[in-house]
Amino acid sequence: MNATFAVLTRELRLALRSGGGAGLGLAFFLIVVMLIPFGVGPVPHLLAQIAPGTLWIAALLACLLSLDRLFQADFEDGTLDILTLSPMPLEGLVAIKAFAHWLTTGLPLVIAAPILGITLNLPDSAYWWLVTSLAVGTPALSFLGAIGAALTVGIRRGGLLLSLLVLPLYIPTLIFGARCVAAASEGMDVIPAFQLLAGVTLLTLALTPIAAAAALRMHMR
Amino acid sequence: MTLNVSNLACYRTGRLIFSDQSFTVEPGEAVMLRGPNGSGKSTLLRALAGMLPFEGDVVLNGISLADDHDGVQEQIAYAGHLDAIKPQLTVGENLTFWARLFEGGSIREAVEQFSLAEIWDRPAHACSAGQKRRLGLARLVVSGRALWLLDEPTVSLDVETTARFAEIIKAHCAGGGMALIATHIDLGLDAPREITLDPNVMRKTMPPSDPFLSGAWE
Repeated sequence: MNATFAVLTRELRLALRSGGGAGLGLAFFLIVVMLIPFGVGPVPHLLAQIAPGTLWIAALLACLLSLDRLFQADFEDGTLDILTLSPMPLEGLVAIKAFAHWLTTGLPLVIAAPILGITLNLPDSAYWWLVTSLAVGTPALSFLGAIGAALTVGIRRGGLLLSLLVLPLYIPTLIFGARCVAAASEGMDVIPAFQLLAGVTLLTLALTPIAAAAALRMHMR
Repeated sequence: MTLNVSNLACYRTGRLIFSDQSFTVEPGEAVMLRGPNGSGKSTLLRALAGMLPFEGDVVLNGISLADDHDGVQEQIAYAGHLDAIKPQLTVGENLTFWARLFEGGSIREAVEQFSLAEIWDRPAHACSAGQKRRLGLARLVVSGRALWLLDEPTVSLDVETTARFAEIIKAHCAGGGMALIATHIDLGLDAPREITLDPNVMRKTMPPSDPFLSGAWE
């Protein structure tokens, strides 16, 4: 427990100090969503219609931005070598790092999303489900991203490859997450889409630490 | 607690680095690993730490590295070319993290032995190369592991600290620990045993099991 806490506090400290990139995803999210009305034009009903998909796609891309440093920084300064010798299983370590990534990248998006909903004229009925679907769906983005980050560790400028590997895996979360918000704004039943979204996240949380740890081991041995 | 290595061979990208290395490290013993640049000292240490594929048998304390990878790794402390230091964190935060993760040795002891008290609150990016190396080596003490694998540990250390580090290795071995040290200098240990790697080992290529590497070194 002590070791778990040690890794988590270290990850958060590193993300929040200079060069950590904690604000990067949030800033990207804000700017991309703010640009949409300029591009699409100030047509309230049109903006309201594309708001759920826009917010979800922007959140997804914002999550991807800081993923390439998840294991790369530790690999470059030799920390990854020492972590493999530590008593903590690699799967646990991957899970803590992905969780810390969500705390510093996904969670700020969840908090900022309702404010951006206003700029896109999102219907009142959809705000609750926008926040809930993002809160439930974004952990899957960080955990799936850990697989891509583990596979591309050691590759210089691996960010492009990482995006190509990870974005297809994000599709189920995107479909069900955006569907949740769209259904809520149209006054339809949200629960089926939400249950599928939560299911995808639970499956991801259970399986990705094992897959990402296997990818790291493959790299180390 | 003994390290038994028999017929160890390592390939990297299909190229033989060394072969037929057999030796034993007894408890309380520090063994020097010698050989010119490129003879495979770092590769050997990384293979023993379970970070590279190898052929042959590595048995530590009765546990085979091939059978129980984690079981062997959990008895090893490794210090390589990189110090595993986060520049954004202070010296104290770096060391405390490793101590809490490994839950092995005493931080106070490590701070005293490597004189870290004066730079405890300094961000690691503001430390000199020698200070970073001291912090990296202090991790060995807080890890509380029996077998130390050291790859050029004295690089960037001044004469005084090098001598002090030799004393720390002696104290570690006196307490039943073991050390395998790749270095070019005379550390001042009492007539340590030496293993010499021959750089002129025949560079034979691996059987073409990997289609991507076939003919790569011909």
